[in-house]
Amino acid sequence: MEFKNPQEELERFRARLGVAGGFVLVCFAVLLGRFVWLQIIQHDYYQTRAEDNRISLVPITPNRGLIVDRNGVVLARNYSAYTLEITPSKVRSLEETIDELGQIIDVQPKDRRRFKKLMDESKSFETLPIRTRLTDEEVAKFIAHRYRFPGVEIKARLFRQYPGGAFAAHILGYIGRITDRDIEKIEAVEQEANYRGTDHFGKTGLEQHYEFDLHGITGFEQVEVDAGGHAVRTLERTAPVAGNQLTLTMDAELQRIAENAFGDRKGSLVAIEPSTGGLLAMVSVPNYDPNMFVDGIDTQNWKELNESPNKPMVNRALNGAYPPGSTFKPFMALGALTLGKRTAAQTISDPGFYNFGGHHFRDDKKGGHGMVDMYKSIVHSCDTYYYMLANDMGIDNIANFMGQLGLGQRTGVDIAGESEGVLPSQAWKKKRFKKPEQQKWYAGETISIGIGQGYNAYTPIQLALATATLANNGVMFRPHLVKYVTDTKTGDQRLIEPHPLKTLPLKQEHIDVIKNAMIGVNKEGTGTRAFAGAGYVSAGKTGTAQVFSYKGAVHKTESMAANLRDHALFIAFAPADKPTIALAVLVENGGFGAQAAAPIARQVLDYYLLGKKPKAPAPADEEAVEADPE
Amino acid sequence: MMNTLRLWWHRLVDPIDPPLMLILIMLIALSAGMMGSASPERMGAQMVNVLVALAIMRIVAQIPPQRLMHLAVPVYLLGIALLIGVALFGDISKGARRWLNLGVMRIQPSELMKIAMPLLLAWFFQRHETMLRLRDYGVAALLLLVPVALIARQPDLGTAVLVLAAGFYVIFLAGLSWKILGGMAVAAMAAAPLAWSLMHDYQRNRILTLIDPEKDPLGKGFHIIQSTIAIGSGGILGKGWGQGTQAQLDFLPERHTDFIFAVYSEEFGLIGNVVLLFLLSLLIGRGLMIAANGATMFARLLAGALTMIFFTYAFVNMGMVSGILPVVGVPLPFISYGGTALVTLSLAVGILMSIHKNRMLVQK
Repeated sequence: MEFKNPQEELERFRARLGVAGGFVLVCFAVLLGRFVWLQIIQHDYYQTRAEDNRISLVPITPNRGLIVDRNGVVLARNYSAYTLEITPSKVRSLEETIDELGQIIDVQPKDRRRFKKLMDESKSFETLPIRTRLTDEEVAKFIAHRYRFPGVEIKARLFRQYPGGAFAAHILGYIGRITDRDIEKIEAVEQEANYRGTDHFGKTGLEQHYEFDLHGITGFEQVEVDAGGHAVRTLERTAPVAGNQLTLTMDAELQRIAENAFGDRKGSLVAIEPSTGGLLAMVSVPNYDPNMFVDGIDTQNWKELNESPNKPMVNRALNGAYPPGSTFKPFMALGALTLGKRTAAQTISDPGFYNFGGHHFRDDKKGGHGMVDMYKSIVHSCDTYYYMLANDMGIDNIANFMGQLGLGQRTGVDIAGESEGVLPSQAWKKKRFKKPEQQKWYAGETISIGIGQGYNAYTPIQLALATATLANNGVMFRPHLVKYVTDTKTGDQRLIEPHPLKTLPLKQEHIDVIKNAMIGVNKEGTGTRAFAGAGYVSAGKTGTAQVFSYKGAVHKTESMAANLRDHALFIAFAPADKPTIALAVLVENGGFGAQAAAPIARQVLDYYLLGKKPKAPAPADEEAVEADPE
Repeated sequence: MMNTLRLWWHRLVDPIDPPLMLILIMLIALSAGMMGSASPERMGAQMVNVLVALAIMRIVAQIPPQRLMHLAVPVYLLGIALLIGVALFGDISKGARRWLNLGVMRIQPSELMKIAMPLLLAWFFQRHETMLRLRDYGVAALLLLVPVALIARQPDLGTAVLVLAAGFYVIFLAGLSWKILGGMAVAAMAAAPLAWSLMHDYQRNRILTLIDPEKDPLGKGFHIIQSTIAIGSGGILGKGWGQGTQAQLDFLPERHTDFIFAVYSEEFGLIGNVVLLFLLSLLIGRGLMIAANGATMFARLLAGALTMIFFTYAFVNMGMVSGILPVVGVPLPFISYGGTALVTLSLAVGILMSIHKNRMLVQK
């Protein structure tokens, strides 16, 4: 119990008040210390954070570069269109939302399928188009109902468009939405910042190979934003720089004529300007429409394209490997001359077959061609001559020489994913097979190599390159589709590959022998019918590649299933004295080269040299035969 | 005529303490200025609040402390009754049961306790003035803890802390021995884990957020992060009135109420903060001076405790906004938007003025 003295009590109370006052001052001092810490010592840090809050960098996607043919015909361009986009993470029920959207705007089942595929490929916070290319009326309709659809918005986007549709699809390729693998490529060249705001990336063809040229430089807008992320005002703007323009070596009209020449047949044509390596046409038919991929392809179309037995997605020019058949013969002959295994005048006697170790290798012509020199062997496509020659040269000599011509090797064309083909040799076989008994090369296997059969398999572009190199007297250029890249900003043109890749160690007199023989093919040989009345001198060689080996049986092509018929081939260059174009044509299951492939080459050459446009696809010449008609 | 007016004016201002009034006017002016920047559309409503509050202050200032003493017990009991009413029938808003709907108006009884508590305890110690036994402190503590527990249960941690502080100030000023205070401090520390286990999840989160706001920058830490950014980016001179980007672009939550200090601090910088701390120190200083000269023990304890409530409001608010105290719903006194707190504070100022009017006239 305490007894109180009022005076003492008051003093004690005042002392306590003093303590309380002191406490207040201490606490305020702590606050002051905190303010000094935040506002002076840490000021720069918080200043930056406040600016980061306030200022948002909005990327402005640049226009993708155009792709035009050598004459300026536009092959790939951009157009602006409205899309209806959904951010899946912001939508309560996706199905319901799409159903409701369907009541005001036309949403097809294929749009749904495509959207589903896009969803599987992307992250849920991205906005994905459910409909593209909205009409003005549709835009207005949606805007009136916008309040009903949180997480759904209209966006104006630039779309890639290939005005030719399926035309030249395998050259142009297509763009599609960026995937993780694309991001790796972007990171590899440290372009992440430049791809902020970009959601498409070149997937195949030129779009892929020249992606970083076509993309352009992303612009940026500094905007002040509020906490909700809404832009309040623009502070600064750096304009984007449109992607560079690709001007192709390809001639769109020539390409079109070449594509049309195939009609509904499958195959490939590669035409090269021998003096530059520029590709004048590169056909692979059937085509597909790359526009389908731009908005994201729907699953059904994708399945159809992939599962079609006609394989429209395969670029046959670069990825189809075919035995060259008799188109191989001029190169064999050139090798023989170069290696001294034959002279032009040297003759052999052809009884209609070649006997090797008791096995008869048949000639196409029953009874044989009689006395055959090099000229005749090419003009009339004498097999026996080349059976013997192959045996005399040996497989490794053949492989070495053909390798120099670029056969069985990637040409380095400016489209990714090119196949190597097969250039058979002892080393190749050892590598190719696992079992020791399969690894050994048998001399008998060399024989059919001589006429372009056996293990031989080359891509049409390799055949075209070898032909162009021959036409250009041994000077080889890397085949390429882009002539020059125009820098949008400076207007500078960057030429692609104007310099020769290599000059082969060939003698001009040997080249002339072969060229002369190939002129003979179109004048008095297997190409005669196709090139009758051409009005220019051309050089060519027909070829027929067996899809299936019949082991000596005489076969009738008409009775065979279409996909077991032989492939028809033709190589050519013209004008023969000063070639401006060299080409290789392949018609899958076309039968004889002279029947199916040579007429296509004729249409292409007619247009390129004379400007003559054909009225209809090149008709198959059923009368023509592979061997000399006599 | 003029004389009559003068007389009326004299009567009107007679109980008003000029220094307190002056400080109050400066704080209210500052509040109006901030409202103009943070939420101009609320300017009118706040001015109405201010006028109502000033009227209450003036009325209370006229009530002599003796009359107030008679009100202590009834007001306290009424407060307790209302708190129980809230617990049973209260309206739920934002996950807490704080409001009682009386048909005509909704009231927040916990707010009343901020004044009722020191009033009751001051009355209690006045009664035991001559013989203050240890047991009396125990009873006082019990009287304090009942409403605090009721308020904390609502849950309303901010008000519970303020009521607890108000009661504690009375007990402290009444002269509870330092030994026992020390013992309580130790006991409080020991009880911290227990308190932790009794807390609501959201209350725990607030404390965790304080320790590391960046752990959850978009959720619970957002308020503190954005307010410290606002303060820090204000620098020494501030960004200028209406120029605070954090405030004007909506990055600051609750910017016209509990977080108005962040707006002020962003726009007026360290200089502004010093001015505000100085004004608040003057207010508290004046209050403590009035307490020191109170005529009775009741008046002295009440004045001291009410003054310290001003401090508690200010310190807890600025502490939480600047990230050194957990976020509890405590407004910045006289500055934040809102009528409830303003009425409570004006009541306290009125009581202070009344106590000053009836101070000891002879210094012993």
